[in-house]
Amino acid sequence: MANEVSAASAIRAATLEAQFRFKRPGHAAGAFELSVDFQIDSGITILFGPSGSGKSTLLDCIAGLLKPGSARIALNGEILQDSATHIFLSPQQRRLAYLFQSPALFPHLTVEQNVSFGLNNSNEGDREGRVQDLLAAFRVEHLARRRPGQISGGEAQRVALARSLVTSPRALLLDEPLKGLDSELKSAIFDDLRAWNRVRQLPILYVTHQRDEVDALGERVIAIDRGQIIAQGAPHSVLDAPRKKRLAYAAGFENHLSAVVLDVRESDGVMRVRLAGSETELEVPLGYAAAGTRVHIAIRAGDILLAARKPEGLSARNILDGAIDSLDVMGTTVVCRVNAGAMFLVHVTPGALRSLGLVPGQRVWLVIKTHSCHLVEE
Amino acid sequence: MQALWLSLCLAFCVAAILLVVGTPLAYWLSQTRWRGKFLIESVIALPLVLPPTVLGFYLLVVMGTDGPLGKLWTAWFGHTLAFTFAGLIVASVLYSLPFAVQPLVMAFESVDTRLLDAGAILGAGRWRIFRQILLPLSLPGVITAAVLSFAHTLGEFGVVLMVGGNIPGVTRTVSIDIYDHVQSLDYAAANRMAIALVFISFAVLSTIYAVNRRVWSPWPTK
Repeated sequence: MANEVSAASAIRAATLEAQFRFKRPGHAAGAFELSVDFQIDSGITILFGPSGSGKSTLLDCIAGLLKPGSARIALNGEILQDSATHIFLSPQQRRLAYLFQSPALFPHLTVEQNVSFGLNNSNEGDREGRVQDLLAAFRVEHLARRRPGQISGGEAQRVALARSLVTSPRALLLDEPLKGLDSELKSAIFDDLRAWNRVRQLPILYVTHQRDEVDALGERVIAIDRGQIIAQGAPHSVLDAPRKKRLAYAAGFENHLSAVVLDVRESDGVMRVRLAGSETELEVPLGYAAAGTRVHIAIRAGDILLAARKPEGLSARNILDGAIDSLDVMGTTVVCRVNAGAMFLVHVTPGALRSLGLVPGQRVWLVIKTHSCHLVEE
Repeated sequence: MQALWLSLCLAFCVAAILLVVGTPLAYWLSQTRWRGKFLIESVIALPLVLPPTVLGFYLLVVMGTDGPLGKLWTAWFGHTLAFTFAGLIVASVLYSLPFAVQPLVMAFESVDTRLLDAGAILGAGRWRIFRQILLPLSLPGVITAAVLSFAHTLGEFGVVLMVGGNIPGVTRTVSIDIYDHVQSLDYAAANRMAIALVFISFAVLSTIYAVNRRVWSPWPTK
């Protein structure tokens, strides 16, 4: 009975509160300000936002690797940092687990030595048992004697998880640790992580900008963009209907267009709009808007097709005539800026770039399905 | 052969001292965010560009009977520092400092900082992170630093001549010995010493380039 009560209060007390401002000094582009105020409870909370929105910086501040100027960060009621009273616990004192984007395993140590690194102070027998438990919990016992260079990326992340959890941390910070792994492998690791946390009920802050991870993991989502929290709540309510323009950006919409409603065709479930400052018209899904009102439309760059000749016989309702403004190769994606009355960002593959022989200045046609256009509020 | 033995002793002592002195210095340089860091780096790199005679001259002034270091040394040990083996060591340590510090800094800086962060998160203090993560991962750089300062000390001439003079068994190193033999037109003796030096230097350099081709090599890595 007494145990149940203390367990219950321990669960209730598992909260991570953070309120801080962090400024990275620099000139125009390098300058960055993060300003957040949130509280998370036990279980997995997703921190969702586009690259460069400050997610990793936020985790570094909580872990004590960065020292925000004005901050109050507390875990289970214990102050980790309070700038008002000049308290700043070092990363060593905070007893958190933090998984980076890379597994960051010590390359000169075996898997087993990596996992036991955090148990420097416990006695040999204890240590051995704990390490074996964690290796087993994340299904990497068979790799114990290997070195990080001899295991796969998925195995390395499992080892990194085991290594960070062996110290009995009080909270978990995970920074896109499963980037680049296939979804089957991901969900297997998620299952193991959930199973591990079922009894411990630690607060877990999980950073990602991938929708599939949000859907697989999330109980709660905090959406962040440009250093600010822009929405929080259940995953579908935060992400499925991007209601705010900035959140639409966070959810992966590269194109934001301002437009005026021309006419509403209730029976077809569509309406026609004209883009602000141009003659270009689009057919978009029906929204709660009357003819003449202003609306905002968000379109993913990956949802737009690009044609080098005028396409015919398509079901898509929007075929826009335009010209390529610029082409930027970013890894395996080519970001194509097309002027079709308004400026559109279109993602194509390097292969498509080559086979269409795209060059700046070339005349092209954009093909956009009606339902690829999302209405968002300002 | 006495000169060769003396040079090897000197080079060994200097390399050992430079590892002890250079490692914390290099660690500090690789970690600090102090803006004035470039000043320290420049001072350490000075022996790379100064003629050895300039360095030797000022060392002689500082270590001489009237110099500050010379006075201190005389007060402690009863003899001057200039023209002694100890004086040679002090001079050579300064002269070879960049050859130890630069590869160490390079090696420390090339270690992924996330590994050091991971160590801190796992509760390891600065000393344990240094000893168990940074240093083992910088081992090729440590070897390079030791071998380069050894080889560089072995081949020095100008500074030794200025600070040490030419006392057989005390300050007469192999390069000075060769110079002496050439002055007295004894080319056979000069050649014996010179060829020994060529072989030792080759052995030493091939060791580091075999150990690693990344840290501080004048040759491209690919």
